[in-house]
Amino acid sequence: MKKLLTGNEAIARGAYEYGISYASAYPGTPSTEILENIANYSEDIIAEWAPNEKVALEAVIGASYAGARVIASMKHVGLNVAADPLMTFSFTGVNGGAVIISADEPGMHSSQNEQDNRYYAKFGKLPMLEPSDSAECKDMIGYALDISEEYDTPVMIRMTTRVCHSKSIVNFGERKSVKIKEYVKNERKNISIPSYARLMHVKVDNALKELEKISNDSSLNYCEYYNKKIGIISAGAAYEYAKEVFEENASYLKIGFTNPLPIEKIRKFADEVDQLYVIEELEPFMEEQIKADGIKCIGKEIVPRLGELSPTILRKVFFEKIDNSNTFNDIEIPMRPPTLCSGCPHRGFFYALKKRSDIMVTGDIGCYGLGAIAPLNAVDTILCMGASVSMGHGAQKVFTKFGISKRTVAVLGDSTFFHTGINSLIDVVYNKSKVVTCILDNRITGMTGHQENPGTGYTLDGSSTNIISIEDVCKAIGVKHIEVVNPLDLTATEEAVNRALDYNEAAVIITRWPCALKKYSTEDIKEFGLIKDSCQVDEEKCIGCRKCIGTGCPSLEFNSEIKKVKIDPNTCVGCEVCMQTCPVSAIRKVVK
Amino acid sequence: MKTTNILLVGVGGQGTILASKILSSGLLEFGYDVKMAEIHGMSQRGGSVSTQVRFGKKIHSPVLEEGKVDVIISFEKMETYRWIKFLKEDGIVVMNTYEIPSAPILSGNKKYPDGIIEELSKRLEKFVFYDALDEAVKLGNFKVLNTIMLGSLIKGMNLDGIDWDEIIKNNVKEKFIDINIKAFNRGFELYDNKLKGGK
Repeated sequence: MKKLLTGNEAIARGAYEYGISYASAYPGTPSTEILENIANYSEDIIAEWAPNEKVALEAVIGASYAGARVIASMKHVGLNVAADPLMTFSFTGVNGGAVIISADEPGMHSSQNEQDNRYYAKFGKLPMLEPSDSAECKDMIGYALDISEEYDTPVMIRMTTRVCHSKSIVNFGERKSVKIKEYVKNERKNISIPSYARLMHVKVDNALKELEKISNDSSLNYCEYYNKKIGIISAGAAYEYAKEVFEENASYLKIGFTNPLPIEKIRKFADEVDQLYVIEELEPFMEEQIKADGIKCIGKEIVPRLGELSPTILRKVFFEKIDNSNTFNDIEIPMRPPTLCSGCPHRGFFYALKKRSDIMVTGDIGCYGLGAIAPLNAVDTILCMGASVSMGHGAQKVFTKFGISKRTVAVLGDSTFFHTGINSLIDVVYNKSKVVTCILDNRITGMTGHQENPGTGYTLDGSSTNIISIEDVCKAIGVKHIEVVNPLDLTATEEAVNRALDYNEAAVIITRWPCALKKYSTEDIKEFGLIKDSCQVDEEKCIGCRKCIGTGCPSLEFNSEIKKVKIDPNTCVGCEVCMQTCPVSAIRKVVK
Repeated sequence: MKTTNILLVGVGGQGTILASKILSSGLLEFGYDVKMAEIHGMSQRGGSVSTQVRFGKKIHSPVLEEGKVDVIISFEKMETYRWIKFLKEDGIVVMNTYEIPSAPILSGNKKYPDGIIEELSKRLEKFVFYDALDEAVKLGNFKVLNTIMLGSLIKGMNLDGIDWDEIIKNNVKEKFIDINIKAFNRGFELYDNKLKGGK
């Protein structure tokens, strides 16, 4: 059977076919669907969401030591979180084969930075494979597991958004029956204290030399000879773009085994072509090593180093000719930026928070990042997962020490709190600063498309589990002032913020209302009920002051001609936030 | 055979991705090599959404190029124009005339752009436009606007040698099969009716 699969779906299929038994991840674009699809094979594979990537990788390492074939998947910045166990996992090696997926995001469609995680493979002395399409994604899982077990090393697979999220044809096979390996206590292998680790380092270094031979012989690195005037070395999605643009007007060395590089094969290929180009996305990872070996090539001198490549970019770079003969008159098309959804509980919170102009708001990674853009503009900083609270702490310490009256308010979500926010809150309490930490609990991991987390009461396979109470965790950490509010109630939220800021120690506000797009669980229905109304503007009363427009709700439209606001009844979910902002009570509730 | 490029554009939540999925699985069944690219992430939150489908004998890049698209199928009027530079000279456009204002328009800072239909009518030989939301509501479910437009696309590209009813059956929930097949056939009719009426 053949099917069209995304790269992420193909990785999941590979995990199934090649006998993986344990998988863990934290959701993050573009990697999220890998675990969601592995969860479809729950009879054969234990698949779990971990609170963060470090935890996911460590769980996977334990499962590998126990003898199973394992996989951990994460986005590029997620690997930063998991870098600590990663670097030592390469020293200890595996028992059952281990694969670590890094889904990088050139172009930053929904990420906070653009980093080339191929360097992690070199840094951590890990073999790395780089697929170009979905069929390769599936096959490389098998290849990676074989290498992993034979050379006693975890193997990294580096993907990019285009490989993760584009579909191509994959042939299906059966699941290989893989017996779990026996666990044998072995302190020289699994205990990384200095005296043992020094020996491990020697072993890793020797394995790397062996692996370079494997890379030179590997069928994942292959030449395609057409016109030999131009030779192109490429990998990943960039290889497909190069083939699209150069067709049979060039010869190719396609690299699928990118660390260690097959330098002998590259030297041989370089000898056979007149002009050698290296076409790779983001950093000159291959190019620098090729040049360091004394091989002449052209790469980042002409191929962009920043952002995602495309056939259009390559055509511009190499041929300076774009086949676009269609010329249309210029019509200005307004932007369509992402916004907080209609009825998003974060909107009410940010609207209320904005009343205080004497604060620094440290934000975090998640939907609430959209509270940073117009018209709310309610966030001062966004850095990485969990950083809101610890950054707020550092800033508050400095403000206090130098007698500056500014207060810091940290804003993060429920999933982010469990990810790394907890550690940061411990820092706040332990080191005694008066940060107001606002945990926007929308009962789900919203931004990545609704994954369960320790607060939701459900696991990845949909079975119910303990709900970790954020309130109780905060109490246990030692926060004394904790308030839970409904963020759709502007007055209550504003008052809670004021009370917390008046309190001279660490304070926590938990705003609690489900994501507007979320399918309510039975617990949600019990706690929140279902709103079945929508809001409507009485045009007679509307004075066109645009106060309600300031909430940034996409259901509200200001008509500049008649200077009145209209609410779209199809998208409005009746959250009443706009109603509370109207100074003349022109907005009322109607039954849908 | 030459590669065919299709671009589907719209706004998050309009069913662009499902339409692309039905389209690609039909093309796969028919024996083509198919690749499809989509952009996820923040687009769920009211952003602009696009998917790209390419098919032919052997497809390399899942990403298509400016000026090389055979058909743009657009679920929202303003989004059509945002992507129009991707269309090749004799390309086809199938467009939903329904307007979804974006944030700068909602806040009254920008106006919804005028003259898109006029400009496209002037420039294009094959341009089909109708209010797909209205058509879908008439059929009884506003959500099937994507299948209506898919029907027009298939008709416009003469891909009717494929058993699309069967493909739809395999890709939508059972209780929505009938209405989706109806919607698909309505899209067929609309392509012919509207194309005759247009230029």
